[in-house]
Amino acid sequence: MSIATAAPIWAPYWRFARAGFRRESRYRLAAAAGLLTNVVFGFVKAAVLMAAVEAAGGTLAGYTAGGIGAYVWLSQGMYGAIQLTGDAEIGDRVRTGDVAVDFTRPVDVQGAHLATDLGRAAFTFIPRGIPSVLIGALTTGLALPMVPLPYLLGAVSLFLGVTLSFLCRFAVNLLGFWIIETRGVRTLYMVISSFLCGLFVPVPLFPPWLAAIAAATPFPSMMQAPIDVVSGRVSALDALGVVGLQCFWVFVIAAIGRVLIVTGRRKLEVQGG
Amino acid sequence: MADSVPAAAGRLAPYVAVVRARIRAQRSYRTSFRIDLLGSAAIGVIEFGEVWIVVHSVGTLGGLNVRAILLLFGLSNLAFASGNLIAGHLDQIPTYIRAGTLDTFYLRPQPLLAQLLISDFQLRRLARMTAATTVLVVGFGLNDIVWDVRTVAVITMAVTFGTAIFAGLFVCAAGLQFYLINGAELTNAFTYGGAYAAGQPASVFTRPLTLFFGYLVPVVFTGYLPTVAILRLDSPPGLPSWLVWCTPLAALWVWAVALLLWRLGVRHYQGGGG
Repeated sequence: MSIATAAPIWAPYWRFARAGFRRESRYRLAAAAGLLTNVVFGFVKAAVLMAAVEAAGGTLAGYTAGGIGAYVWLSQGMYGAIQLTGDAEIGDRVRTGDVAVDFTRPVDVQGAHLATDLGRAAFTFIPRGIPSVLIGALTTGLALPMVPLPYLLGAVSLFLGVTLSFLCRFAVNLLGFWIIETRGVRTLYMVISSFLCGLFVPVPLFPPWLAAIAAATPFPSMMQAPIDVVSGRVSALDALGVVGLQCFWVFVIAAIGRVLIVTGRRKLEVQGG
Repeated sequence: MADSVPAAAGRLAPYVAVVRARIRAQRSYRTSFRIDLLGSAAIGVIEFGEVWIVVHSVGTLGGLNVRAILLLFGLSNLAFASGNLIAGHLDQIPTYIRAGTLDTFYLRPQPLLAQLLISDFQLRRLARMTAATTVLVVGFGLNDIVWDVRTVAVITMAVTFGTAIFAGLFVCAAGLQFYLINGAELTNAFTYGGAYAAGQPASVFTRPLTLFFGYLVPVVFTGYLPTVAILRLDSPPGLPSWLVWCTPLAALWVWAVALLLWRLGVRHYQGGGG
């Protein structure tokens, strides 16, 4: 075994990602249910926000009817991938003590869970992401850019958004090392993150004081950022700045997660054999 | 649990015992309980914030101003929070089915639905009701309301039957869970989606949305219609203002469907095989 050429260091993570993708693809009914729910919420959101744009005289905080349509359906389409529920598998594993097994594996715990989640997220675009945007285009209408650059940068931005969302959920769930029941914390996280990331109301509509609070958190970098980049609401040059800010938050939250793993591991006590 | 209660205590005694045990259990982990309360109250506050931002940015949306929105949101959210307190935990059924723990409920000598309704009385949901009530009281204060019998009747009807509508929607969802299991999220479209739609001025809805949330899943009866009636505003096409007096009928419709779906679901259930 030792004579054979060692597999590249990323090989196991690629396998985790594929496993995450495959696992998500097994739940067909769940995917269909998710799409239908996305679409119902999307119709209500579109009706309200389009009425608001109309009431404002055709433009509201830089959004036209087509622009707000793009915001609504891109946000609905990305919702499944970005997952703001606050739940992460690591939380259960910390509570049951199974995380001890994760620590014995020759892979990085944070990296392995991230890879699995990225695989899961990638699959959600097939049954939920793309159909949401198509349904929106056919019903309420939306305006998307006709040049390739926003989509290329948007793919990077979306990848960073999903990564950042996972890293935040991962860190929140690691609090289980110190508190027994994390449900309250997870609920609080879900409520605050889904509000400040721009899920129900686009961040540019926020009054200045609230926009300042949002800007001090990583949440707009999860959803508003990829929406802005894909829809072309920000110019190519500004889009680079948006992506740069996302990289900053990914780095910060990843570092916090790693500190929590190291300190939590010292706290962990698993009984029995 | 039921065995320790004297028979003379009446038929309700087992239910009371379960609810009291649930309350004690939740309060024993103080930190978790406080964070839970905070989280639940935050849901109400932030959901209001979402509607407020949009209306605030344009002044008037669908004929309602920010003050009217307080009333609309307070009414619909209080109804939702109360319905959620009574029946919100029924969305745990897929977990019970998967784990096989639903079977234990079948073994006890009380009706299944009644047992499940009291199985998980969540004190934290009272925090959400408090948040909604606060918004509603502020709404009462800031609007010019003629406090006559008609107004009081509309408010009473909206809160009681509104609660019944949302609790009924959770029972509908629960009945469907026996078929869906992994597709449990589908029912969020009309439970949580209903709560979301109920907090919006229905006058901006497209025709299909008005039909869906006005008649099929009649959540406009919990917020929009009573608000229009209390403030004596013009109602949009498709939702005439006299409709508000049909609120009991809307609740009846939801519960008729709920009990039918529940019955079908329970009959469909084959057991966990444990």
